[in-house]
Amino acid sequence: MVQTLIFWCFALILLFAALRVITVRNLVQAALWLVLSFFTAAGLWLMLQAEFLAIALVLVYVGAVMVLFLFVVMMLDIDTEKLRTGFRSYIPVGATVGVLILLEMMLVLIGGYLGPRAVPAPPAAGASYSNTRALGLQIYTDYAYPFEIAAVILLVAIVAAIALTHRKRRETKHQNPNEQIRVRRDERLRILNIPAEKREP
Amino acid sequence: MSFLTPTLSHYLVLGAFLFAISVVGIFLNRRNVIIMLMAIELMLLAVNLNFIAFSSFLGDTAGQVFVFFILTVAAAESAIGLAILVLLFRHVGSIDVEDLGQLKG
Repeated sequence: MVQTLIFWCFALILLFAALRVITVRNLVQAALWLVLSFFTAAGLWLMLQAEFLAIALVLVYVGAVMVLFLFVVMMLDIDTEKLRTGFRSYIPVGATVGVLILLEMMLVLIGGYLGPRAVPAPPAAGASYSNTRALGLQIYTDYAYPFEIAAVILLVAIVAAIALTHRKRRETKHQNPNEQIRVRRDERLRILNIPAEKREP
Repeated sequence: MSFLTPTLSHYLVLGAFLFAISVVGIFLNRRNVIIMLMAIELMLLAVNLNFIAFSSFLGDTAGQVFVFFILTVAAAESAIGLAILVLLFRHVGSIDVEDLGQLKG
């Protein structure tokens, strides 16, 4: 009974926050509503006994990706009024497409999984069950290669993001190894022929 | 009141609602690249919710492994997307989609 209440609270908060993300005028507020929706979704994942992913969602999304969003939104000087021109004129077609998608999905999902064909609720996991352990066992055995590829993708993303936004400044001093290697002796060394002085006795 | 207790169908329909909201968001904010990126994140969240619901109700951890990879790729995607956005703002001076028609031949 308590679980039902929590589910409905979280579901309504999630949908409300998602609606605010797409309708709110201020971009910073949109990012904050997105934080709320991620956090609520993490709560729902906890109810589905996916503890590791719920914590990862909070850490990775609320902690890192949304901070990145907020950083970019605050760094750029954006004229939101100009960006919202035509907002109302897109409402009819947007709402039509959205409602159609929703109806089609509900037709399939409700018919397939509700009523006599409903999937029974999973039994509550025992006290010794560890979701993180179960996930880790699968990732490091069956999905070892995809895991490595995911790591490479992250590395590529780091390099790409830095290479894209890195600005070369003219006043910074840096070495040019190419020129350093090709340097010749007579460019650096000048031999002077100075007559030795005689020391006074 | 038995239809109120959350079943697999409830979670799937919640994911469908979330997905539809984000599609509408892309339509409404057709000029704003940042809100579009946020809507894509919401879409991925809806998909992940479906994956986890199925994984939990069918007792198969593979779905959660897939969500793990989706989270990884989505984080990489948003990082590169925002980097491109910053670059774009430096060159064009706005993030309006209408202003990005410079690649026309």
